[in-house]
Amino acid sequence: MANERAPKAEAVWERRDLLTGCQAVAEAVRLADVDVIAAYPIRPYTEVMDAISKLIADGQLDAEYVIADSEHSQFEIVKHASSVNARTFAGSSGTGWCYGLEALVVTATDRLPVLYLVGNRALDDPGAFGVEHNDAMMVRDVGFLLCWVTTPQEALEHVLIGYRVAEDKGVQMPMAIAMDGAFLTHSQHMVDIPSLGTVRRYLRRYDLSKRRMHPDNPISIAPQVNEDWVMELRRQNWEAARSARTVIKEAYREFNGVFGDRYTNPFFTEFMTEDAETILIGLGTVAAPGRTAVTRLRAIGEKVGYVSMRWFRPFPTEELRACLGRFRSIGVIDRDFAHGSPDDGGILMEEVRSTLYPLDNRPVVVDFIAGLGGRDISISDCMAMFRLTQQAASQAGMDGFVKWIGLRE
Amino acid sequence: MANRQSIEYAKIKGVHDVPLEEFYTSGHRTCQGCESAATMRGFIKVAGPRTLVTGSTGCMYVANTSYMTTPWIVPWMHTQLGASGSSAIGMAAGLRALMRKGKIPDEEINTIAHCGDLGGGDMGLSAISGALQTDYDLLIIMNDNESAANTDIQATGLTTFGANTTFTPPGKRIHITQRRWKKNLAGMLAVGHPTCKYVATACATYPTLDYLRKVRRALAVGGPKFLHVYAPCPKGWDYHPRYSHDIGRMGVLSGLFPLFEILEGHVTYTHDARRQREPVEKFLMAQGRFAHLTKDDVRYIQKMVDEMWEEWDVPGVVPTKGSLKT
Ligand SMILES: Cc1ncc(C[n+]2csc(CCOP(=O)(O)OP(=O)(O)O)c2C)c(N)n1
Ligand code: SF4
Ligand SMILES: [Mg+2]
Repeated sequence: MANERAPKAEAVWERRDLLTGCQAVAEAVRLADVDVIAAYPIRPYTEVMDAISKLIADGQLDAEYVIADSEHSQFEIVKHASSVNARTFAGSSGTGWCYGLEALVVTATDRLPVLYLVGNRALDDPGAFGVEHNDAMMVRDVGFLLCWVTTPQEALEHVLIGYRVAEDKGVQMPMAIAMDGAFLTHSQHMVDIPSLGTVRRYLRRYDLSKRRMHPDNPISIAPQVNEDWVMELRRQNWEAARSARTVIKEAYREFNGVFGDRYTNPFFTEFMTEDAETILIGLGTVAAPGRTAVTRLRAIGEKVGYVSMRWFRPFPTEELRACLGRFRSIGVIDRDFAHGSPDDGGILMEEVRSTLYPLDNRPVVVDFIAGLGGRDISISDCMAMFRLTQQAASQAGMDGFVKWIGLRE
Repeated sequence: MANRQSIEYAKIKGVHDVPLEEFYTSGHRTCQGCESAATMRGFIKVAGPRTLVTGSTGCMYVANTSYMTTPWIVPWMHTQLGASGSSAIGMAAGLRALMRKGKIPDEEINTIAHCGDLGGGDMGLSAISGALQTDYDLLIIMNDNESAANTDIQATGLTTFGANTTFTPPGKRIHITQRRWKKNLAGMLAVGHPTCKYVATACATYPTLDYLRKVRRALAVGGPKFLHVYAPCPKGWDYHPRYSHDIGRMGVLSGLFPLFEILEGHVTYTHDARRQREPVEKFLMAQGRFAHLTKDDVRYIQKMVDEMWEEWDVPGVVPTKGSLKT
């Protein structure tokens, strides 16, 4: 709601700029008036920290910027800053994210709404800079909010939505925004940047309230509980993750109200799926070649579509089940690996298949391990995946079939 | 920062000046005679209620801070084993940002992080080093009970040479398996961080009031500070709990644990072991953990201690040799 006494309604969008995914996130960190930032270098996420340090040096953001001695410290710093009621930002990539994992887990179990950028990168060994989703996936089971964005614009907006959801009284969970290394962290797009006033109308002040560390609020946080209480506390975390779905929907409704209708579905985006029989589903920037393949196949009359997943935690069970249940066959693109898992597929496939399990008429699900270590997933790769997925619809025994795409034989 | 509310402390001239109020009270389950617990009680007594505390994993978490029976009257938060340094930075950075931006009242609030010798002296060294490079007002206090006590007394980088621990038991073939010389931690931190204004060592109960005065001194100095506190542990060092104070005193008087203070680069010895040293044997033989040592072992330890006080360039602090003689 606009303030009635305000002399003139402020324009929602202030300017337009050519920004990379990382730079767009830095702009959002400025708009969110973040208080404490902890930095440590690792490609490809680092550019966000480069950009933030410049914003601070130029006086555009007033924040403590701590250069940490490691990712473990980086994440402990923001965790404890968050506990004294400061809004915080950090991030990492690949092996750096893993180095700080202990600190990430306790941030989740302590229910502190730190926001992170994960510039997805292959895990060591061997060294590779390119994208792979296993890094961000490390936190999927411990009480994190986790989403993937596909454009710099979406990245900027999801920092704001992210704080809105993460800091909500009923949620208070850390939030990781994942973006494909290089393909998004370092690719430039035109980005609409909202005004500070508009962001203030959307994003409330961070307030931990009775859980903040302050001499006026003398509490003990995370005392030793053992078997006496840990189960009840796990249950509270479970409850928060579960109910976060409702808060996410609210947060997008409010976002649409303030910024103009930008999102119809918070959790995933459908492309040409209305009458589709076969679809591909994936996380991140593979949506671009995926959608182009759809357009080309549609041009020759094929009933295909693409679903781009945004939220992975909490998993949009109901919505995705309702959406995917109507197709004949589904090809899951996994830019990750889960060696030795059921059917030896990827992480996303396992989750999609178990989502579909209660349905009487389950679509056939096949899996494509693709684009590991930053290998390009081309339009023709996507066309080939569509063909195989179509074939799976009519060929018995193909459910759970896994194929590695673009692998040197 | 013009109207900043600051904490005023009266000088501790004698025991009567020690505040009566306790901010670390009943509820903990530490062993009788636990000097690490005395370390906790002491620092918060003199720091007072406008203080935030984090504690890394260890006895002072697991045996100390249990749900619904926390002994802490001030805000206290667990931090990970290697995170005392980073937790202190986080709290201090958060407070500074919030105060500067007018989000909370501008006042002096102490941020203190405590850790054990394994958590701080080994695993968390990098984070402590990071903290000592900042300009935040923070204090890190390491209670050195010379073992990973909480996990049942394993040797750490700070354990005295020769000690029997669960990782370093004397055996039939090898009678000493703890062969690492105690890390020169406070010296290393002082020498390695030229802008850190205060690094000191102390023993929780000896000399009387010394530890409490050092905490106060540290809190009065701006920026990051480090305090290494010798904390005898009846369980791990294997002696009767009634002797904790005596064991600490003997450790100090033998010169095995150097007691000093480095304030803006100036070294002051609390106990000047260059002048006077009791034989280490007395200290060693009072504890079960050294019962297996031979005369030769004791001589070796004595030789190393003598060397520390007679040959080091800055005795007890900097182990380089000879540069001052040329
Ligand atoms: C990352 C990690 N590794 C191992 C442990 C297990 N652990 C808990 S307490 C402890 C010993 C800590 O020793 P110290 O820091 O000296 O504290 P003390 O118990 O002796 O006071 C260990 C190894 C842990 N909690 N976290
Ligand atoms: S084991 Fe040692 S440090 Fe731990 S509580 Fe007992 S005396 Fe204190
Ligand atoms: Mg110890």
